[in-house]
Amino acid sequence: MDRIPILKLGGVLIVTIQVDMHDRLAMALEEDLTAMIARTGARGVLIEISALEIVDSFIGRMLVSIAAVSRVLDAETVVAGMRPAVAITLVELGLELIGIRTALNVERGMALMQARLAEEDRHGSDRDGLED
Amino acid sequence: MSMDGAGVLERTLTEDEAAILDAWNVALREGTSLRSGRIREAELQTQAKTVFGQLRDALASGGLDADSESFAPLRETLADISRSRAIQGFTPTDTANFVFSLKEPIFAALARTSDTDASAQVAGVWAAGKVLDRLGLQTMEVFLASREEVIGRQGQEIAELSTPVVRLWDGILALPLIGTLDSARTGIVMENLLQAIVDEEAEIAIIDITGVPTVDTLVAQHLLKTVAAARLMGADCIVSGIRPQIAQTMVHLGVELNVVSKATLADAFGVALRRTGRKVVRQQAATEERR
Amino acid sequence: MTVSKTETLPIRSGDDVVRVRQRVRALAVEIGLGLVDQTKIVTAASELARNTLDYGRGGDVRAEVVLAGARKGLRLSFEDQGPGIADIEQAMTDHYTSGGGLGLGLGGAKRLSNEFHIASTPGAGTRVTIARWK
Repeated sequence: MDRIPILKLGGVLIVTIQVDMHDRLAMALEEDLTAMIARTGARGVLIEISALEIVDSFIGRMLVSIAAVSRVLDAETVVAGMRPAVAITLVELGLELIGIRTALNVERGMALMQARLAEEDRHGSDRDGLED
Repeated sequence: MSMDGAGVLERTLTEDEAAILDAWNVALREGTSLRSGRIREAELQTQAKTVFGQLRDALASGGLDADSESFAPLRETLADISRSRAIQGFTPTDTANFVFSLKEPIFAALARTSDTDASAQVAGVWAAGKVLDRLGLQTMEVFLASREEVIGRQGQEIAELSTPVVRLWDGILALPLIGTLDSARTGIVMENLLQAIVDEEAEIAIIDITGVPTVDTLVAQHLLKTVAAARLMGADCIVSGIRPQIAQTMVHLGVELNVVSKATLADAFGVALRRTGRKVVRQQAATEERR
Repeated sequence: MTVSKTETLPIRSGDDVVRVRQRVRALAVEIGLGLVDQTKIVTAASELARNTLDYGRGGDVRAEVVLAGARKGLRLSFEDQGPGIADIEQAMTDHYTSGGGLGLGLGGAKRLSNEFHIASTPGAGTRVTIARWK
């Protein structure tokens, strides 16, 4: 069974979802991502979905789940490249991508990721307050 | 003597076909259809001949129920005629009269062919009335349905024309909404906005509702859907143009628009520029330099 | 209203769900639905197909191209002989789920369609029918 490849760019893991996912593939992806975040200390997960013609509640559940698990491991999740027709349908479906930031494309997604992580680091060092 | 109205009618139509068709064509010619120039006489005559034949066939096999299967071909022909009349801009009366003007020629023919049998004549007249009235009504129904379809389509075109997306600056779009926001219009609005977000790689979309007369819970829902869809595409939204009355109505209705809102489009534009890392700076006046 | 085409597809596995999506997409294109409407009906079909598989223990879907006068539509009927739904109203409320899902399947499919009918008998099965018109 094929597993979806995960790329690592700096501290961000990038995944491109192109195929029609079924249960096993979705679970495998979640497992692989979790393992890789833990192993590499990645701070971000970028999921690229421009090839998806459909996002139903099954995919939605998978994305929300990945985001939740990543959050526990101190990583941010960004979903990029959603097609307009899919966005309209998702809103009608009533599906909220909780805990997920969205971006127009991978480039914007990476920029968003860096910005969010920089912001978090700033707040982190404020809270420490020990350096001064 | 047969009291079978359908039979009498069918026989009359067969025996007196030429005379009835001629009389019908005269009536049609004198109606307003031809005078308006929207249809040619030859076409009208062809339609009449087809309908006549199908009416006779239907009577031969199906009695007098104009809604039954045997009348289906006739219904379809009349429906086609009706639909094209609707699109060509005929009046409802003209269209219905295509059928109704067949009555007199038939009554005249019945009087001729059954002048020794009063009961047969009565049966025939009654049958003709029953069938043609029903067919006339069906024609009207199709006509009206077609007109409604045209109106609906035009409404959609108006909706599309009245929701332009404007590029205010690099990555900043404005969507000035004018008029009521119903679910059909919202669909079009969302499609246009999202496509613009993709085309312009927009980061911020300003939705201006100065031209929206009222914002009740339904309109608010539509707005929120639009905002949600834009967010899924990675664009932030700002709503502008909330008039004081609208703000009050919203509070009284308990409507919550949890999206950043500004009173004017100008304010919203200012926010959008700041958010995208830009600053508007006044240039030094040339006179100051010389001093 | 006349039916001009009928296709029945089995829903017994995850791969079947994928096939259902593909066929519904093809039929939606065939009757001339715009991209957004295509996406809506395919997504609704995906939701209902998964329901049939996960809750109905498998079943099938009948896809029909229907004609009403000049209008064309696509009607999908998902049927299973599974445990059925005891409280339909509850099942239709968003975020209610008896499995591990998001609970949006039925309500979502209804919102994404022009027509929605559901009939279910506990112990005998469920049939959900949706339609989208051009």
